Amino acid sequence: MAELNPIKLWHRILALPAESQTKTIAMAFVVSAVSALFVSIAAVSLQPLINANKLAERQAKLDEMIANLPGLAEVLAQSNAETLDTVIVDLTTGLADDTLDAASFDMADIAADPATSTVLSDEQDIAGIKTRPNFAQIYVLKSGDALELVILPVYAAGYQSQINAYLALKGDLNTVAALVITEQGETPGLGAKIAEPAWQALWPGKEIADADGTVRLAVVRGGAASTFEVDGITGATRTSSAVSAMIGFWMGPQGYAKVLFALRNGEV
Amino acid sequence: MARRNFFTPLIDENPVTLQILGICSALAVTTSMTTALTMSLALTVVLMASSGIISAMRRHIPAQIRLILQITIIASLVIVTDLILQAFAFEISKRLSIFVSLVVTNCLVLGRAEAFAMQNPVGRSILDGLGNGLGYSLILLIVGFVRELLGLGTLFGWAILPTVDSGGWYQPLGVMLLAPSAFVVLGLLIWAIRVWRPVQVEPDEYPLAEARR
Repeated sequence: MAELNPIKLWHRILALPAESQTKTIAMAFVVSAVSALFVSIAAVSLQPLINANKLAERQAKLDEMIANLPGLAEVLAQSNAETLDTVIVDLTTGLADDTLDAASFDMADIAADPATSTVLSDEQDIAGIKTRPNFAQIYVLKSGDALELVILPVYAAGYQSQINAYLALKGDLNTVAALVITEQGETPGLGAKIAEPAWQALWPGKEIADADGTVRLAVVRGGAASTFEVDGITGATRTSSAVSAMIGFWMGPQGYAKVLFALRNGEV
Repeated sequence: MARRNFFTPLIDENPVTLQILGICSALAVTTSMTTALTMSLALTVVLMASSGIISAMRRHIPAQIRLILQITIIASLVIVTDLILQAFAFEISKRLSIFVSLVVTNCLVLGRAEAFAMQNPVGRSILDGLGNGLGYSLILLIVGFVRELLGLGTLFGWAILPTVDSGGWYQPLGVMLLAPSAFVVLGLLIWAIRVWRPVQVEPDEYPLAEARR
């Protein structure tokens, strides 16, 4: 009874009346398999183009953020610097690293390569990113020898997408100058509000850590009561807490803590 | 006969103005001609492809699971269309945001699959998909034309009416950029079509009782 020739089997299935049980199951299986294959091929083959578009957009957002930061234009004019200095830092030592090429630096590739990343344990991985890149490309602005601004790329797993952002810190390395979400695919109308300027405007002036050096900055429900708290988005608890975890992780010991320490001591 | 499949959905059986299908996306993407045109193309392509595929396999679709098979096919086509837009028209795909993905739930696509493609041969089904897609596109473009011209004074981003902001005389009607204005424009359009083609006027379902003396 069992038919082993797939072509004959296929013809036999097609010849069955549309209402038979075998055909119902076979059609469900065939349609979903073909659809899955079709979508997968399209997704894989178009991914490089989509990534290139996203990369260009991220660069444009960074340029825009730099252009819109209050006071930055004056600082740039005073310091005679045309643009920010790009520095690649080693997160394990906190020091600058000049072995990697800045032009082709891609944080996602660094994080995906076991040779240049660190696997995080469950307790360490509060941002849900599984591996941490050992290198990051940061932007530093100095006027004379004094730090004016540091821009750090950060990311975390959100509710249904990866959230990528730039966190800009003022010269004291503890006051937020800006948070700009560059990429997210959260629920439109709810979590996606993190990408709106109105929400990002809540961040400047917030403080990262208290006098003891404990990272306190968090996104909270209800009203933000101190400089360590930012209002969350109603109806987007998971997205809000993901942004909170993102700040907590990247400001913590697995994130930029060593880099910030080195920056304070003028070693970068 | 085949020509009928193509031409009737343009005005006489227009999916938007007669059947009032696909209104949600028609409201959301008509603030500018560019988004309206992109959305129209995406929907027309998806509708033609889904009608063709579903019609080709209509004799093999078991009745019990026909809706879920149709939705699976439509959803796959929509995902691929969305990916293509993201790859080749990134800016526009961001402005359309979720509305391309929501073509899946557009009653128009499933409606044509269920009402036409399941009973008719492939060629006629594709033609029916094209006709309905163009009927939808026609309305979207008319609404988009009115909204962009009156709301921004531009068409496809080109300045047509010089606005006050740029030193001209035209004060843009901001309300045209808000969703409710699409209802107004669409309503006026349906009124105009039904004056022109009175056969489309529906009988009054709940006639008012005679006024008592």
